[in-house]
Amino acid sequence: MLRLPAFTFHQPETIEEAVALLATDPAHTRVVAGGTDLFPNMKRRHQGAESVVSLRGIDALHGITESKDGSVIIGATTTLDAITRDEQIQQKYPSLVTAVASISSPVLRNAGTIGGNLCLDTRCTYYNQNEEWRRSIDYCMKEQGDICWVAPSSPRCWAVSSGDSVPMLCALGAEITLVSSEGERTLPLAELFRDDGIDYLSKRPDEILTTIRIPSPSGARTGFWKLRRRGSIDFGVLSVAVSGWCNGNTTDRIEIWLGSVGSTPVRCTASIAALIGKPLDDETIAAAAALARKSAGANPLGNTDFVPQWRGKMIEKYVEAVLREVAGLPRQRMVPRHGSEKWPS
Amino acid sequence: MSQQSTTRTLRVNGEPQQVAFAVHHSLLEVLREELGLTGTKHGCELGECGTCTVLIDGKPVLSCLELAAECEGRSIETVEGMMQGNQLHPLQSCFADLGAAQCGYCTPGILLAAQALLAENDSPTRDQIVEALSGNLCRCTGYHKILEAIEWAAARLRGDDQYQPPNSAIYGDPVPGKQAKDV
Ligand SMILES: Cc1cc2nc3c(=O)[nH]c(=O)nc-3n(C[C@H](O)[C@H](O)[C@H](O)COP(=O)(O)OP(=O)(O)OC[C@H]3O[C@@H](n4cnc5c(N)ncnc54)[C@H](O)[C@@H]3O)c2cc1C
Ligand code: SF4
Ligand code: FES
Ligand code: FES
Repeated sequence: MLRLPAFTFHQPETIEEAVALLATDPAHTRVVAGGTDLFPNMKRRHQGAESVVSLRGIDALHGITESKDGSVIIGATTTLDAITRDEQIQQKYPSLVTAVASISSPVLRNAGTIGGNLCLDTRCTYYNQNEEWRRSIDYCMKEQGDICWVAPSSPRCWAVSSGDSVPMLCALGAEITLVSSEGERTLPLAELFRDDGIDYLSKRPDEILTTIRIPSPSGARTGFWKLRRRGSIDFGVLSVAVSGWCNGNTTDRIEIWLGSVGSTPVRCTASIAALIGKPLDDETIAAAAALARKSAGANPLGNTDFVPQWRGKMIEKYVEAVLREVAGLPRQRMVPRHGSEKWPS
Repeated sequence: MSQQSTTRTLRVNGEPQQVAFAVHHSLLEVLREELGLTGTKHGCELGECGTCTVLIDGKPVLSCLELAAECEGRSIETVEGMMQGNQLHPLQSCFADLGAAQCGYCTPGILLAAQALLAENDSPTRDQIVEALSGNLCRCTGYHKILEAIEWAAARLRGDDQYQPPNSAIYGDPVPGKQAKDV
C-alpha cells in the first residue's frame, strides 16, 4: 500500500473556523477539498503537512448561484462533475463545460473541485515521482534539492501550470475571492498566478479561495481545445481557451489564453492585438496563431509528455483551430476527445 | 509524528458499522484492512487506474483518494453489496457469462462505475458507456466484452429478456475478416 503520511485532521463547518485553523500554523497546514491533487502528492512525499483542514463540510463554499447582473458565482468546493451538469453553466459558458469535462476522468471529477483545480500544484516529470525515484537521481529544487533537472543551468523551476479550467476562466474574465483571518480580497483570477514553478500562486498559505465569479458572457463566442495522449485521465500538455466578442465584421474584444505551456497561464497578447478591429478570417487567424507560439511565458520544456518542439508547434495549430471554431469557419483538424459534455444535468 | 485515531460509524452496503482507524487512512485502507472487504482492489493508489472505485452516495469515486474520516454519514457501496442474497446482480452475471472479466482485478471498480451509469441512464449508448468507464483501466480484456456485458445487463435491467449479445461477443471472431455468425 502507498500510504499517506500521518497528519492531524480537521473538519470545520464554517469559513471562520477554517481560516482560524489555518492562521495557527500556515506553514505546516494545508487545506484539502477533493484531495485528488493533494493526496497523490502527499503519498509520493513531495507535498507534506502536519495538519490537514478539510473544506468539504463548509456548506457556504458549495454551489452555483446567479447574481442580478447576470454573472455566475461558483463556490470553491463545487465538484467538477456538478459544474458540467449545471444547466446555467451549460447555457452561458458552454466552453467552460468542455474545459471542465476534459479534466482527469469521470470518477475523479466526482471528487475534484474547481477551487482545487485553480490551486493545483505545478507539475513536472522529475517531480511527480515517488520518493525512491526522486532520491535516486537526487532531489530537484522544487523539493529539497538545489538543481533543476529540466534546465540544469537555470536558477528557477519550470514546473507546469496544468489546471485546465484556468485558461478558460481567465479568458472569461473570472474573479476570485480569497479569505483569511485578516479579511478578504477580490482579484482577477489571472492575478492568482505567478510565473514560478515553486511559488506559483499569489495566494498566501493562510488564505482560502472561497468563490469564483464569472461575468455575464454577453454575446461572447468561446472555444476550448486540449491536447493530451489519451482522451481521459492524462493531464494536458496544451490547452487553448478563447472568448471573443465580434460586431459584424470586426473583433471588438478577444481573449486568447494557453494552459500547460509554462509555469503560469499565458495570455497571447500579440495575437490579441493583431485581431482587434479586424474580421476573423483565414488570414487574420493564421497570422494570430503564428504569433501565439511566441507569447511570453509559453515555453514548453522537456518536463511533460511529448517532445517540446512538437508541443510548441501545436500551440500554433490549436490556437488556429480554436479561433476557426469561434469564427464559425470549417474545421481543418480533428476535434480532440474532451469528455462527458453530453451528460444529463 | 504520532497518529491521531478516530472512531466513526460508516454505513457500508446498507449496514452501519463502528470502526476505529487512524485519521490519515484512506477509505480503501479501512475497507480492506479494518472491515475485511477485500473486493475493492488497490492498484496505483494515485487516482490513475480506477480499480479502487466504490459508490459514495451513489456516485463512483476513488477510495484510494478518499479519507475514511470524511465518509461518516454517507452511504458507501462496494462490490460485496451488489448481490441480493444468493442472486448475482445482472451486471455480475452478464460479466461472468460473457467472460468480461479475465484476471478480474479491474472488475469490482468497473461493475460499480457501470452500476452508477445504469442507475441514471437505463439505455446508454456505446459512447456513453465508454465515457462513464473512462477512468477505469483494464489490462486484459481489451474492453470489448466489458462494453457488451454492460449493454446486455442494461437490457436485462430494463426487463428486455429478448436481447442477445452479438455472437462475436460470445464466441469471438475466429477467422480474421469473417464474422462469427450462426454458431
Ligand atoms: C490521474 C489524475 C489525472 C488528473 N488529470 C487532470 C487534468 O487532466 N487536468 C487538470 O486540470 N487536473 C487534473 N488532475 C488534478 C486534479 O484532479 C484536479 O485539478 C482537481 O480539480 C483538483 O481539485 P481537488 O479538489 O481534488 O484538489 P485538492 O487535492 O483538494 O487540492 C489541490 C490544491 O489546492 C489547494 N486547495 C484546494 N481547494 C482550495 C481552496 N478552496 N482554497 C485554497 N486552497 C485550496 C489544496 O491545498 C491543494 O494544494 C488529475 C489528477 C489525477 C490524480
Ligand atoms: S522544473 Fe526543474 S526544479 Fe521544477 S520540478 Fe521540474 S526538475 Fe524540479
Ligand atoms: S488504486 Fe485508486 S485509482 Fe488506482
Ligand atoms: S480483467 Fe484483468 S485488468 Fe481487467
